[in-house]
Amino acid sequence: MECELSAPPLAKPAPSPARAPWREAAEEALIPPLVALLVALICGDLLILSYGQSPAAVYRMLLEGTWGNAYGFGQVLYKATTLAFTGLAVSFGLRAGLFNIGAESQLAAGGFAAALAGLVLPVGTPLIFALFVCMIAAGLAGGLVGSVPAYLKTRFGAHEVIVTIMLNFIVLALLNWFIAGHLHVPETLHTPEIHAGVLPRLADIDPRFHGSAANLALIVAVLVAFAVWFYLFRARGGYDLRAVGLQPQAAEYGGINVGRVWMRALTFSGVIAGIGGINYVLGYKHYYEDGFASGAGFLGIAVALVGRNHPLGVLLAAFFFATLSQGGLAIHAFVPKQMMDVLQGVVILAVAMAVPEVRRVLRGARGWKDA
Amino acid sequence: MNPISFLTQMIRIAIPYLFAASGGVVAERAGIVSLTLEGFMLSGAFAAVLGTSYSGSPWIGVLSGVFGGLIFALIHAVATIRYRADQVVVGVAINLLAIGVTRFFLKLFFASSSNSPRVAGFGGNINAAGFDNPLLWLGIIVAPVMAFVIYKTPFGLRVRAVGEHPDAAESVGVSVTRVRYVAVAISGMLAALGGVYLALDQHQFTDQMTAGRGFIAISAVIFGRWDPLRAAAACLLFAAAETLQIQLQGAHAIPSQFIEMIPYALTIIALAGVVGRAVPPAALGKVED
Repeated sequence: MECELSAPPLAKPAPSPARAPWREAAEEALIPPLVALLVALICGDLLILSYGQSPAAVYRMLLEGTWGNAYGFGQVLYKATTLAFTGLAVSFGLRAGLFNIGAESQLAAGGFAAALAGLVLPVGTPLIFALFVCMIAAGLAGGLVGSVPAYLKTRFGAHEVIVTIMLNFIVLALLNWFIAGHLHVPETLHTPEIHAGVLPRLADIDPRFHGSAANLALIVAVLVAFAVWFYLFRARGGYDLRAVGLQPQAAEYGGINVGRVWMRALTFSGVIAGIGGINYVLGYKHYYEDGFASGAGFLGIAVALVGRNHPLGVLLAAFFFATLSQGGLAIHAFVPKQMMDVLQGVVILAVAMAVPEVRRVLRGARGWKDA
Repeated sequence: MNPISFLTQMIRIAIPYLFAASGGVVAERAGIVSLTLEGFMLSGAFAAVLGTSYSGSPWIGVLSGVFGGLIFALIHAVATIRYRADQVVVGVAINLLAIGVTRFFLKLFFASSSNSPRVAGFGGNINAAGFDNPLLWLGIIVAPVMAFVIYKTPFGLRVRAVGEHPDAAESVGVSVTRVRYVAVAISGMLAALGGVYLALDQHQFTDQMTAGRGFIAISAVIFGRWDPLRAAAACLLFAAAETLQIQLQGAHAIPSQFIEMIPYALTIIALAGVVGRAVPPAALGKVED
């Protein structure tokens, strides 16, 4: 099984494992999210009506407050950036058939490490260098958290879903201990401001974005998405990874070391989520604050699911969920923003039910007693 | 440290775990993943406060709380059993949905984004007469009753069969679908009772008041190796650790964060099989095509 030489048909990455005509594939990918959107719109109508408001007026307000002005749009982009990272992280694991529910704590650990790196670097460090160091620190921290379920899965067969959930609580408690006990600015739960690595905001480039938190981490997210796409669909390792995700036994017979692929998939899933920490720490607040992840890791699962585990789809889905979240603020004067929390759940549930294909992608993640 | 106060506080902390873990055991033994306990508890807690607040009677609150959990359990059951959606994804969705729905309704019914007004409860001041709360008694007996149901009744036999070998169960005339629906419904109602206890004990609902207790209950199920009594023992163990932490708060012996980690760390150790491997029901989480 270790022998890579005995892998004859795998040398050339295939474009799509399903080999469906593009139209069929496109339908399969697009219909479930559209169904979910429709269901969400209907549920949204009901919630708005229950508050005695007009759905049309509220939806118009939602669009105006998000895409209709530069500030709102900037906020959407900012929120979408973090979600893009966690969504890419979850989808990377899912492509290998593994469910990383730990993006929440990996994101937090990454942000924490980025802040530490930014604190250690001296004032005046060139931005490119500082960004590089902070990203490596964030990626290492996220990858470290991700490697725990990876190791336990490969070595002992411990199911990654439970391990990542449990690890979320452990890592977040540990970070809380660091911050509350050792590193905080008095009277707060955040670190001092970083000395280096502060990312320029979009408002520095185009003043119309003034006040919004969108920053150059957005570009990093797009680059990471491209890197994930390239790895998954153009590199040998990505082909192995997708093969394991579709059918681990067959991949094993095909000469792929499944354990090594699992290790790689979950660890790099953690790395991607960890790098996401720079959006808040380097781009927005310039410090690490306890609890900053606030659900973005869990929402990454929704983003991966709605984005159909394709990097481009993940970016679009991140944009969609960010719009929901920002839209909640835009309509809050008329309908409580909590409506969007309901709709998030509805969208995930609807997609999960509408997608037979998701089941196929998740085949490896389904069994609780695998290998 | 006063042993009586330690014991009463421990039991009080353990009750929500005991309810939810018993629910988790029955659903998981039937082959349905119970990552939803947190959401069931939260919806139960909210519905209980809603019912109590409108009727003035905590008994109505209990009923409406159980009903709230049942609704979410049925959504879970339809999505996973009828539509064969991935159980982990649905679990995540149900938990998010429960947070969202309770938040929205908190705003709609009580015009608050953080907590409901104070509602009636069962009394139950723990230092004086903590045990006059009927839910407390129910919580204490729920695990032994669940053990009896699972090991000594025909329904329990079916639950175990469906969770281990659904095909075999089907072939002797057991409706896998029906048994699973019932098991998930029971798990929703039991976990909701945990939330009901929590809310009525605190006489109000606060946003996300279950605060991860559903996940501690799952830990207990796994650490207890899917056995009702062992899971209950795990609940008591976790509750004891928490009580110890609360009572030692002034002493600063161990940072509270490390006590918080205990259930989760033990679960990971159990899954990794360091001290005897935790082996889940064979058909857990599998979707037959």
